[in-house]
Amino acid sequence: MIILKLFFSFLQIGLFSVGGGYAAIPLIQNQIVDIHQLMSLAEFTDLITIAEMTPGPISINSATFVGIRLAGIPGAIICTLGCIIPSFIICLTLSHFYYKYKNVNGVQIVLSSLRPAVVALISSAALSILTLALFNATKSQADISNFRWVESILFIISLFVLRKFKPNIIFIILGCGVLGTIIYQIL
Amino acid sequence: MKINKKKNSINFKILWTLFKTTFTISSFTFGGGFVIVSLMKKKFVDNLNWLSEEEMLDITAIAQSSPGPIPINAAVMLGYKMSGVLGSVIAILGTAIPPMVIISIISLFYNQFRENKIIAISLQVMRAGVAAVIVDVAINLAIKVLSTKKIIYVILMIISFILAYFFNISAILIILACLSIGIIDLFIHSKKGNR
Repeated sequence: MIILKLFFSFLQIGLFSVGGGYAAIPLIQNQIVDIHQLMSLAEFTDLITIAEMTPGPISINSATFVGIRLAGIPGAIICTLGCIIPSFIICLTLSHFYYKYKNVNGVQIVLSSLRPAVVALISSAALSILTLALFNATKSQADISNFRWVESILFIISLFVLRKFKPNIIFIILGCGVLGTIIYQIL
Repeated sequence: MKINKKKNSINFKILWTLFKTTFTISSFTFGGGFVIVSLMKKKFVDNLNWLSEEEMLDITAIAQSSPGPIPINAAVMLGYKMSGVLGSVIAILGTAIPPMVIISIISLFYNQFRENKIIAISLQVMRAGVAAVIVDVAINLAIKVLSTKKIIYVILMIISFILAYFFNISAILIILACLSIGIIDLFIHSKKGNR
């Protein structure tokens, strides 16, 4: 039963991938390419490219893609479910305790020193995605020769509009998409 | 200490807003977990006022340290806060459905998709907008930490940033390290309290 195999594979992937999408990629490769040999490495590389290009969490994207290619729509649903179930159970338990004890003085003290770290991690992610947007390369490969001025101008305008007018973020993202594509078509 | 949770009455308006918001955020998010968490902060903290900034940061830390996709983890916690287990399920659906639909469609003709120039360009330029949103969120959060004027928090933030950005130390290690510092801080506090 391929469906059952897929379900248990993605259950394991969901359970053991700590730290998000990029942590899940090697696990998916191990389960799907190496152990069960359901996909070739070339197909798997395509899958990662697509999962990174499209919106949404990388692991959900990959689960859907693997599922639909190997077992159609039911496969897509089963793989995604497998990937989500561990998250759901673990985070539900954690939320329960978090909301119950978060106002306890001691817990507050511990959480207070955690928050600056989260701010730092968000800032670091912000700089990484900014490099990706302005150079179309990761931070180690970014080079002044592939600097993109269209994206830079879009970024500056967007940031200004965001801070000044606090618009709906979807307009900002879509606006950049439409405006940028038009500019590149004209150029 | 009680959160205003009405028992046995399901608030459909909240559930609908929860679904709608997670759905739109998930449809427009490229890249890793911190991107989606920034968009969630913008929507749920700044626009809807459903939770405090501190809560959002705590949720981010927990979502990052738990197994599974970070956006799903954050959605579970957000949903639970708004309307319990049902809220979690709704938030998961909102987060998972857009990528499932998009990927299902793309999988039918993924060679054409990958080689289409216009799609590639529009996905690339949209990143400028996403970058602006997350930079905006990061600036606001950093200003908040600086304005606490507590040297220890400012130092923790700067060191964590350097470790994450320049040395590529994994987020979970940084969170665990700061957690330990928090626990030491707690011991110091309780000792002071005993005297």
